[in-house]
Amino acid sequence: MTSNDNLAIEAAGLVRCFGETRAVDGLDLSVQKGAVYGVLGPNGAGKTTTIRILATLLRPDSGSARVLGHDVVSEADAVRGQVSLTGQLASVDEDLTGRENLILIGRLLGFPRARAKSRASELLEAFGLADAQNKQVKNYSGGMRRRIDIAASFVVTPQLMFLDEPTTGLDPRSRNQVWEIIRSLAAQGTTVLLTTQYLDEADQLAGRIAVVDHGKVIAEGTPSELKASVGSGAVHVRLMRPDCRERARDLLAQALAAPVHLEADPTALSARVSEPERVPNAMAELERADIPVAEFALGQPSLDEVFLALTGRPAVDQTEEEGEETEEEEAAA
Amino acid sequence: MTTAQREEAGPTEFDTSMLAVISAGERPPRPSAVSAALTFGWRGLLKIKHVPEQLFDVTLTPILFTLMFTFIWGGAIEGSTGEYLQYILPGILVVTVTFTTVYSGVTMNTDLTKGVVDRFRSLPISRSAPLVGPLLADACRYVLAALVGLVVGLILGYDADGGVLGVIGALAVLVVFALGLAWGFTALGLVMKTPQGVMNFGFTLIFPLTFMSSAFVDPETMPDGLQAVVEQNPFTRVVTATRGLLEGTASWGDVGIVVGFAALLTAIFVPLTIRLYRTKA
Repeated sequence: MTSNDNLAIEAAGLVRCFGETRAVDGLDLSVQKGAVYGVLGPNGAGKTTTIRILATLLRPDSGSARVLGHDVVSEADAVRGQVSLTGQLASVDEDLTGRENLILIGRLLGFPRARAKSRASELLEAFGLADAQNKQVKNYSGGMRRRIDIAASFVVTPQLMFLDEPTTGLDPRSRNQVWEIIRSLAAQGTTVLLTTQYLDEADQLAGRIAVVDHGKVIAEGTPSELKASVGSGAVHVRLMRPDCRERARDLLAQALAAPVHLEADPTALSARVSEPERVPNAMAELERADIPVAEFALGQPSLDEVFLALTGRPAVDQTEEEGEETEEEEAAA
Repeated sequence: MTTAQREEAGPTEFDTSMLAVISAGERPPRPSAVSAALTFGWRGLLKIKHVPEQLFDVTLTPILFTLMFTFIWGGAIEGSTGEYLQYILPGILVVTVTFTTVYSGVTMNTDLTKGVVDRFRSLPISRSAPLVGPLLADACRYVLAALVGLVVGLILGYDADGGVLGVIGALAVLVVFALGLAWGFTALGLVMKTPQGVMNFGFTLIFPLTFMSSAFVDPETMPDGLQAVVEQNPFTRVVTATRGLLEGTASWGDVGIVVGFAALLTAIFVPLTIRLYRTKA
């Protein structure tokens, strides 16, 4: 593998097994510096294992990875000096206060005592935790925990930050705060590798996305490219009057050359479109037939649809995944 | 839709100040292994401060053991509580300090299961610091446990003929032995799945080993076969050294054998523990 200066992460053919389970199974990844990169996949897809390999916490069984130009196995210490990791579990000491946790990390990174303390104060202030700084982390809310965890990753500014499912289990308000933090990170040039099982989250935050399933990357690209690869999208039409709907359906079906669905709303119809150039004509056909239209929209497909199209199953398939995840964790324990 | 949401969210209260703080480029030099270990020791002491329940075992066990053994069994075993106290106090100190070492494994396992170990392992610090550091705080616990037992014993009339030097020597031997043992339990803490498992396994191991020693009764009263086992039990050697130091009759050989035993445990378990910590999870 040749090293490329613009790449923060280059991984080729990563494999890691836990017993019989191939958690990561030939995974390739390349992430540009300064970008927010999303790794999207259901539970048990191998996201956490991948991040743990890249953060030098696990050795790959085969394959290789370079992070900021350093090999994750032979130059693990050089990698550790420049990355930080925020895991699914709070990677801070719950018995200590938020402030003590930050001082602890500061001291471990080599700050003298006084500077470790002042750095802790800066971070607590910036992450909105000043009021809770002397409370034990075990008494923090989910959102506060996540913030102290991310703050702990910034005691020394990393060049690359791994965020493993940073919003899993958070309420919407806390989730928005974490999103804001991630956008701030991106704004100041930190490369962020973010894993998520929320399609919406990857769409909102990441410039590029790798869709991971069964330990492999099954699709890669910008959110728009991924959506485009599935089909051009869907036409959503709302009529002024429900009594025209039957006629509208026939006209649209013919003009779009696609099946048209009647929605629950008695004035609404929708159709999946594979040939977007037919759409303007379809709109004109409705007008020519004197069917008054309240809304006519061509939308991109959601990432949920992307996942369904790529894997043949929905992104969230509770029963199967929970089983896999447990297996992976047990094997790792 | 996407863009609209982004604009609605707008800048939050910590948006602007955060940019400056997170982009600070300050990168201190990597700390020495000793400094990192001391930091982990500080963490151990903070945990004692925040979770004072941890000290219940350390303080209550020696008090209860001393009182129970002296007054319940003393009369039956030695004919008088005073004489029995004189015999068992060193044994009680060894047993309580040994019990305390199991918690080194429990603490390590708790860290592993909580995820904080991931943070430590992803930092560019010395490999041994996260393992050595906690033992510094543990050593304080051992001293505390031994001192509590000793003070209760002295109040009840124990004669420490070895004087202050003897007491200091006995404490030192106990701590050295306990640290060796603690490495073994730290390794166990890295292998077992739950803190509860470490505790159960640890005490199942410790109970027969400590009771099949000269801690509570003179081995000469035991059947021949058992007597031979008891005499070879390392705990018997630790009890002999502690008793000798407290009474002022210890030989260098008594002490040397305990130090040697601790060194052996350390030599076996330090590399193993570091390796486990590195490759675990």
